[in-house]
Amino acid sequence: MAKVTVPIGPQHPALKEPESFSITLSGEQIIETNMRLGYNHRGIEKACEARTYIQDMYLVERVCGICSHSHSTCFITAVEEIAGLAVPPRAQYIRTLIAELERVHSHLLWLGVAGHEIGFDTLLMYSWRDREVVMDALAALTGNRVNYGINTIGGVRRDFTREQLDSLLKVVDVLEERTKYYIEVATEEPTLINRLSGVGTLPHDDAVRLGAVGPTGRASNVNRDVRRDDPYLAYADLQFDVIVDTHNDVYGRTLVRVGELMQTYRLIRQIVKQIPDGPVTVKAPRRIPAGEAVSRYEAPRGEDVHYVKANGTDKPERVKIRAPTLANLQSVSRMLENNNLADVPITLAAIDPCFSCTDRMIAVADPASGRRETLSWEALRQHGIRWYAGRGVDFAALNRKLGRKLGRNA
Amino acid sequence: MPSEEIVKPRLAGRFPALADRIVLQRPRRFVVETPAGQFDEIARFAFGDLGFIYLCTITGLDEGDNLSFLYHLAHPDGTVLTIKRSVPKAAPTVASIGPLFPGGQIYERELVDMLGARVEGLPPGHRYPLPDGWPDGQYPLRKDWKPEMLDNPTANTAGGTHNG
Repeated sequence: MAKVTVPIGPQHPALKEPESFSITLSGEQIIETNMRLGYNHRGIEKACEARTYIQDMYLVERVCGICSHSHSTCFITAVEEIAGLAVPPRAQYIRTLIAELERVHSHLLWLGVAGHEIGFDTLLMYSWRDREVVMDALAALTGNRVNYGINTIGGVRRDFTREQLDSLLKVVDVLEERTKYYIEVATEEPTLINRLSGVGTLPHDDAVRLGAVGPTGRASNVNRDVRRDDPYLAYADLQFDVIVDTHNDVYGRTLVRVGELMQTYRLIRQIVKQIPDGPVTVKAPRRIPAGEAVSRYEAPRGEDVHYVKANGTDKPERVKIRAPTLANLQSVSRMLENNNLADVPITLAAIDPCFSCTDRMIAVADPASGRRETLSWEALRQHGIRWYAGRGVDFAALNRKLGRKLGRNA
Repeated sequence: MPSEEIVKPRLAGRFPALADRIVLQRPRRFVVETPAGQFDEIARFAFGDLGFIYLCTITGLDEGDNLSFLYHLAHPDGTVLTIKRSVPKAAPTVASIGPLFPGGQIYERELVDMLGARVEGLPPGHRYPLPDGWPDGQYPLRKDWKPEMLDNPTANTAGGTHNG
């Protein structure tokens, strides 16, 4: 059969971000994948050299729309190491708390995307509805759904009260119950199992050879997690298991992520229970003494690496960022070999490449009166519930149940 | 035995010239500067004998007359060994790390685009991360490069084709 090369991207409905794939097919089967990346390159490393450390912290928080806290924390950990700052334990716990809440929102987001890519949109609707619980918790703690701005050089910008911390226990209870349901779906629902098994296979040796990180690597039995192997923040004090799987395929990546959610709840409970009292910042110098540091961080998508070189001024000499997606994209060509063209979207989605999610309010324009009003999130939510109820779809009972657990009126 | 304890004695034992060049920056962070011509051998030893099987990334530095490349290798036990090599900016040629770390080629393409490194042994493929129409001879992470140079590319390019 004659070979056909199909271009996918850089702008394509199956992609959430611009990337360009040139896929050579024999019939439906993928023979070779050629990738062109860089469409989102914004020159952040160069821009960091022209800005102060504190400005850079805000800039790198915007490297990614999902793991924003991962990048800002990875960056300032390196800066603090060079400056020799002893960040107070309470600040380390708060950073760890935000990091794990971020992992929850990222993994639930991924679960929805994965459901969507295989036509299981009910899973998308369910998991994104539940994800709102953790988004609300993050917004209540930090003021933002993403880009939390919690970090500062030498500590964190906000302290939390005991009530705020304790309220997270209810949040975790709800999320844990929902996650148990997703684990049930992942392990018992035959449609999901059959659709994901054997798709996007990455054998263990290839995962090691190509440097796969995070859940992508762990689903190919690469037992690697920076939180355990190279502890940072408060992880050395906390107990958790690293979830690995031997399926080597998209199904395995699903099991690893839902399994990791359960470990994350375990971590959040420990943080709430054992967070030490004390200050949340130490004074940091504006000029950072000359030096260099390599910082690693287990972001939701895998190992994030930052290298910072300081030259004694208030601006870094060099900042190098290696986000986990770049490491994982090296494995995508291997995953796609001998798969069907139709498996491209879910295989790509299974490494969880990043995209932005920041909307929190909607402006409603009334064409008759020309009046514009802003709808609050809660009003939009109520509108959605009424809209569906009017069409015979009623989530009221489930919402009441979730609301009761969170201690609020549904 | 954790790799942290064996890195220094074993590296210095195998390469006596390195004895004074191995620095433990903090727990689990080693940096070693390699003398000219010994990089490949040291990297092979770190990979094959010391067990640094992961390449985290490669950082490129513009250090005036030289370009330096920092290969951040990781051990499964959490230790990071950064192997630094420097080449003259006038002839910034290095061999590809691909035979040891096939996943590292994308980091090498980044060095080619952003710092003007020449990497021998890179297989044909797309450049990364700059766009196809990027002017030749402009390397954004070099210290003398300014964004304004893009407005007048011909004044700053040596001509010829892109070497990546």
